[in-house]
Amino acid sequence: MIALQSVSKHFQHRGKPVAALANVTLDIAKGDFVAIIGPSGSGKSTFLHLVGGMLSPTEGKVRIENDSLYDLTSDQRSALRKKKIGFVFQTFNLVPYLTALENVQVPLVLAGLAEEEQQRRAESLLGRVGLSDRLDHKPSELSVGQQQRVALARMLANDPALILADEPTGNLDPETSASIMDFLVELNGEGRTIVMVTHDLRVAGRAKRALRLVNGSIQADGQARPMPGTSASPAEQTALSIN
Amino acid sequence: MKLQTLVWREIFERKNQLATSFLAILLGVSVIVAMKNITFYSEKAVAYQLDALGANILVLPKSASLQDYYSADMQNDEFPEEYVKRLTTSDLQGLDNLSPKFSIPVEVTGRRYILTGILPKNEFQAKAAWQSVSIFTRPEACGVAVDVPGLAAPAKEPLVRKRVVQTLGTNEVLIGADMATALKLTEGGTIQLMGRSFKVSAVLPQTGTVDDARAFTHLHTVQQMAGKGAVVNAIEIVGCCQQISQGLVQKINQLLPDAKVATITQIVDTQIKTNRMMSRLSLLFLTIIVLVGGASIANYMFANVFERRREIGTLMALGAGSHVVLRMFLLKAVWLGLAGGVGGYVLGSAMAAILGPRVAGVPVFPMLTPLFWAVGVAVLVCVVATFLPARRAARLDPSAALQEI
Repeated sequence: MIALQSVSKHFQHRGKPVAALANVTLDIAKGDFVAIIGPSGSGKSTFLHLVGGMLSPTEGKVRIENDSLYDLTSDQRSALRKKKIGFVFQTFNLVPYLTALENVQVPLVLAGLAEEEQQRRAESLLGRVGLSDRLDHKPSELSVGQQQRVALARMLANDPALILADEPTGNLDPETSASIMDFLVELNGEGRTIVMVTHDLRVAGRAKRALRLVNGSIQADGQARPMPGTSASPAEQTALSIN
Repeated sequence: MKLQTLVWREIFERKNQLATSFLAILLGVSVIVAMKNITFYSEKAVAYQLDALGANILVLPKSASLQDYYSADMQNDEFPEEYVKRLTTSDLQGLDNLSPKFSIPVEVTGRRYILTGILPKNEFQAKAAWQSVSIFTRPEACGVAVDVPGLAAPAKEPLVRKRVVQTLGTNEVLIGADMATALKLTEGGTIQLMGRSFKVSAVLPQTGTVDDARAFTHLHTVQQMAGKGAVVNAIEIVGCCQQISQGLVQKINQLLPDAKVATITQIVDTQIKTNRMMSRLSLLFLTIIVLVGGASIANYMFANVFERRREIGTLMALGAGSHVVLRMFLLKAVWLGLAGGVGGYVLGSAMAAILGPRVAGVPVFPMLTPLFWAVGVAVLVCVVATFLPARRAARLDPSAALQEI
């Protein structure tokens, strides 16, 4: 599904180069659920934006299925995101002046769906995340948990095969976090590939595998390292071993 | 939902921030519309006044002194009638009606009156060479009779108003109002002038001028009675205001160097000055609306793009291409321009209707044409001013926009 080949990303900070990603080579298979963990500034978000086609690498290639992302034009990458990728943000990034229903409709508007179809699909998705009674509420009239669920519904609007989640539970209480993670696991169970960056090891533990990103490098060869003699899932074992 | 819905919602969400830019466009457009509106009716009113006055150019003998406009043709000196032919066969533009006159004093029952010879319109038309010019064709908006709503309609008698009559027999007279009253003359009656009998074909309405004590008959009859040959002592011309302002009087002077050419310069100059002032002010306000309004909108749009970085980044993450983002901002500019243009038109028309009678002394009514003009200018200014901020938004790096906040 996703293939990174010798990907590096350098930024300039006060005239000096800073390596956000350094020679990362990684394969993520279709249907995988990968947690990228690491401390702040380790390059997690850079990694996610790079995979999402929003940040070109300094070196290397990023492939989504058969498309070499950065051999496409900016508008072609936008079209690919619209078709195949769903984003979940830590701060939800809902449009503040639109209702929950309209927020979910945004990707459908961009996809050029008819208004009736947009409305039907948005209502269905909000029903799926348990917000059928909050269709006309603006983000400011919803709790943070509800806002993230609207964001999840919006992310699902175009039925993406790949979900990129940037600290999806970063602003949530433990109980709401758990329900959001349940939902992501459920989506992964439907065959969607999920790449999630987080600094929360418990959240990372819900993924199928976890990769540790330190100073722009994936530790080991990008594979999960199960801890022998434990009953924890491979991701939880990796998380614990990193910890 | 449509992309336009998103634009509308954003406008209403941040309407207070938009207010300054909207006001700049609204006020700029309204002032221009008001000035255009007032100018239009002011020009109409001046044209009406000139038309009601009659001739606005006089060709007189070189020795003539111009004390009273209406009695200017009563000179002792004269010049050849051939001058009329020179005028009608010249290529001068802007000569509307043209009336040669020859006046002599007459005494009736002990009172002095003036007998004025005029050439009826049908005799101009009968001369083939004189038809080649545009005399009597009265070009559009050129010294024409103008009906201005709210002002009294001008008198209908063509001699009073246009200084010409269609037909006039050699033994027919038109009698001025005061003369008719004093001599108890009515239409169809007869009068003896210098031993010659004339039939009264019409009594002219009161004008309040020396014309009220005149009798008009055929030019050639008066020439015979005076025994001076084919001469006249005045040619009255209704000149087109626009052409007068472009030097018609000087051109007539060049054509007839042995005659004196006078015009009602005060009225024409006033109109020209008013028009020039309005034109300059309109240009000034157009510059202001382009510079101040445009700068205000550009400033607002740049701030709006900066404020909405995360929203734009999110839309891009959701698959919005650069053209979608560009369209969002340009649509907003179009709506702003439409609202400013229509609002400016309504406000400007109201201002013109209220201020017109006080500023220009003319009643002013709303006109439809400035609406299209106002909307066109407002939309153009908004779109041009928004283009750079919109392009910046469209080129925004979504990753940077999402990370930096």
